[in-house]
Amino acid sequence: MQNLVDAFATAIQLLLTLDSDLVEIVMLSLQVSLSAVVLAGLVGLPLGASLAVSRFPGRRTLIAVLNAMMGLPPVVVGLCVYLVLSRSGPMGFLGWLFTPQAMVTAQFLLIAPLVAALSRQAIEDLWEEYRDLLRSLDVGRWATVKTLLWDGRHRLLTTLLAGYGRAIAEVGAVIIVGGNIAHVTRVMTTAIALETSKGDLALALGLGIVLVLISLIINGAAAASSHFSERAQTS
Amino acid sequence: MTSILPLALEDIRFEADGRVLLKTLNARFDSGGRSFIIGPNGAGKSLTLRIAHGLLEPTAGRVVWNGGDARSCARRQAMVFERPVLLRRSARANVEYALNQRGFTGDEGRRKAEAALERTGLMDLAERNARVLSSGEQQRLALARAWAVEPQVLFLDEPTAALDPSATRAVEQIIQAIAEAGTKIIMTTHDMAQAQRLADEILFFNQGALVERAPTQQFFEAPASDEARAFVKGELLW
Repeated sequence: MQNLVDAFATAIQLLLTLDSDLVEIVMLSLQVSLSAVVLAGLVGLPLGASLAVSRFPGRRTLIAVLNAMMGLPPVVVGLCVYLVLSRSGPMGFLGWLFTPQAMVTAQFLLIAPLVAALSRQAIEDLWEEYRDLLRSLDVGRWATVKTLLWDGRHRLLTTLLAGYGRAIAEVGAVIIVGGNIAHVTRVMTTAIALETSKGDLALALGLGIVLVLISLIINGAAAASSHFSERAQTS
Repeated sequence: MTSILPLALEDIRFEADGRVLLKTLNARFDSGGRSFIIGPNGAGKSLTLRIAHGLLEPTAGRVVWNGGDARSCARRQAMVFERPVLLRRSARANVEYALNQRGFTGDEGRRKAEAALERTGLMDLAERNARVLSSGEQQRLALARAWAVEPQVLFLDEPTAALDPSATRAVEQIIQAIAEAGTKIIMTTHDMAQAQRLADEILFFNQGALVERAPTQQFFEAPASDEARAFVKGELLW
């Protein structure tokens, strides 16, 4: 019990003194997941929006696949990225394995389907409402997608926050492709896993506290955003 | 600018789920004036408007505008719906959006938007979120947006069905003003008093067919068909 109390006290101290190892790990986590969510947004939002407004054979199947991919197990995504990026793999020449780029790639693959699937739903709801007007105004396809993305921005922000939350909290993918190398690819979740198994509970706890705070902030922001979007929708 | 009118609906037929909702409709609309489409529920009034405006493809038949390709004809029309569809933006931005689609951007777009808001008495509400306006104000905004692009033809689908009397009066005044500015009005309503107040001519629909077409006064005083006579007397048609 005394051990735990000591660990907790040390953790608080690490946080208050902005311990350089801890800050480095937190910053890398934020950077990797932010890069992943930006890329996922660039791909997922237009993909979800165009899927919402177009009709073609196989669309339903594609949507079902996308929805199913929202729940991809991170370790499996990590394994696949590992195989592709490993020296003998098809993209081995990039030399990305065990670098932050590999971690961004893995997290991007993990959350892009989530962003696409959730934004598809959000945009389709909006499209149902706007369709007659936009067709009456003779708005082109690309301008339609742009309009829907802009007018659906609050719900889409919620979608991106959900993606960010999933990315920053996952451990399975980044530990496989990143390797948890100190000062290079060590992020919050992998550090917590490692430090706990090493018995260095203080750092693990400190990082755990930061991670929980970040999730709380993200979820708070998501709730605020969806509250705002509901208000904007009342007529 | 050449006129896209007359508009000819040629042998228009519309079926959905095996049911015939419009049967072989032929009608021609010349420029100017207010043509009102009236009739009981399910007569095919809204369907006719939506097909004429190009929102729905007819099962058979053709919609023919006078000259010009389909796209440039589409750009000289506007439509206002029973429930106004407003973008999640300010009232002003809603009008400017439509103007931008027609190529009026920058200062010109702003000026035209302000003129349209002014004409519909919405200038004070210009910066308000369109979605928090009252339903009467929302419908006026939809009219301002349609008017701003100066269409040659304006389709109105029961624009006052969801409004109270004073909002209805405001909307009617705007419709009058748009018509007086030279825009052809093609409008559906189930409010016969409204049709008598506003219409130049009546197209009476029943069960998916155009039954009778006559100048307003003649239609209400001496309807030619039994169905129209029953409808004018307020006997429901099924």
